[in-house]
Amino acid sequence: AARRGAGGMRVGMRVGMLALAVLLCALRAGRAGGTELTFELPDSDKQCFHQELERGLKFTLDYQVITGGHYDVDCYVEDPNGRTIYKETKKQYDSFPHRTEVKGVYTFCFSNEFSTFSHKTVYFDFQVGDEPPILPDMSNRVTALTQMESACITIHEALNTVIDSQTHYRLREAQDRSRAEDLNGRVSYWSVGETLILFVVSIGQVMLLKSFFTEKRPGSAST
Amino acid sequence: LALYFHSGEREEKCIIEDIPSDTLVIGNYKVQRWDIHKQDFLEYAPGLGMFVTVTTPSAEVLLSKLYGPKGTFSFTSYLSGEHVICLQSNSTRFVAFAGSKLRIHLDIRVGEHFLDESVVQAKDKVNEVNSRLEHLIEQIHHISKEQNYEREREEKFRKTSEETNSNILWWAIVQTLILISIGIWQIKSLRDFFISKKLV
Repeated sequence: AARRGAGGMRVGMRVGMLALAVLLCALRAGRAGGTELTFELPDSDKQCFHQELERGLKFTLDYQVITGGHYDVDCYVEDPNGRTIYKETKKQYDSFPHRTEVKGVYTFCFSNEFSTFSHKTVYFDFQVGDEPPILPDMSNRVTALTQMESACITIHEALNTVIDSQTHYRLREAQDRSRAEDLNGRVSYWSVGETLILFVVSIGQVMLLKSFFTEKRPGSAST
Repeated sequence: LALYFHSGEREEKCIIEDIPSDTLVIGNYKVQRWDIHKQDFLEYAPGLGMFVTVTTPSAEVLLSKLYGPKGTFSFTSYLSGEHVICLQSNSTRFVAFAGSKLRIHLDIRVGEHFLDESVVQAKDKVNEVNSRLEHLIEQIHHISKEQNYEREREEKFRKTSEETNSNILWWAIVQTLILISIGIWQIKSLRDFFISKKLV
């Protein structure tokens, strides 16, 4: 069961097996490669990731902040020439698709530098896909697919969609649960604090009032 | 290996993986060290190794081993939850060594059932379709496991929300009672005080 790993593309040796092999490759070429990671970004810190990409590749960067502070992070993406192709500040989640124009090392960074005490947990999914087909006339071979094979392709794509949407829900749930736990903690602390303040203030008031009327003048009756 | 990032020589970099139980996780990494003289990352750094530590959600250490500059590690989770995979180099150089950093290439796959490469050269078509089906079945099992895990987490989430709700209600009642009783006590105490001081 693949959560989009960095798959390679291999072609069979025999011409007769070529179509079959290309078909198998097609089943994986739709998601030719990608990485998804969840990491903790400490406050006032920045974390960058780099990937070497060919020209003409389509990649998508999805990211989401799961826990921490206001659940927001800065993100920017640079191409090999140092040009910023994407830049957003204080975003909770976003998806950035892009087709590469230059071959080289692409950099994307997450920055929590605006925050002084909340460290964030950030999830990102960097998918590289849609490589140009190996055989230009691969579409002609589609007619040679048996029903079994095309059923396999359909099921595989559907499962990939299911996995995608599961990941999406998992992250949303993690974020909401984190907020709910924060809320619970805050309610408890504030309730205890408020009760203490209540006691202190009311007893203090009475003592203060009593002290106004209690003069320590020796031998005089209070009026 | 595709994605890489930089880290300090003695810095520990951690990745969090939130996974259901009985899930196989396989990680590949390659680490390179920055060379001051060549002003580039060395392809081979002899003696450089990485400590890989995997911690379970219950703070138990599942895996703690030293690997070389290039390595593959794997573990199977027996608890569901957030597992933390930490990488730290075994470099004993001084941290103050200016400009030294490491480049870590990393690839982590969760629940992957590797497509048997020999299938590509399979002569028997039935076998090839068979193995594709196995791959799909494996994928479905993985989805099913994730869904069960999601159910567990949703339950925990719901419990937390309900606890918050009842907390708020309980504290509101308690505070109102305290307010009323303290109010009564204040008035009573002051009245007695003034009476005793013959002001009333």
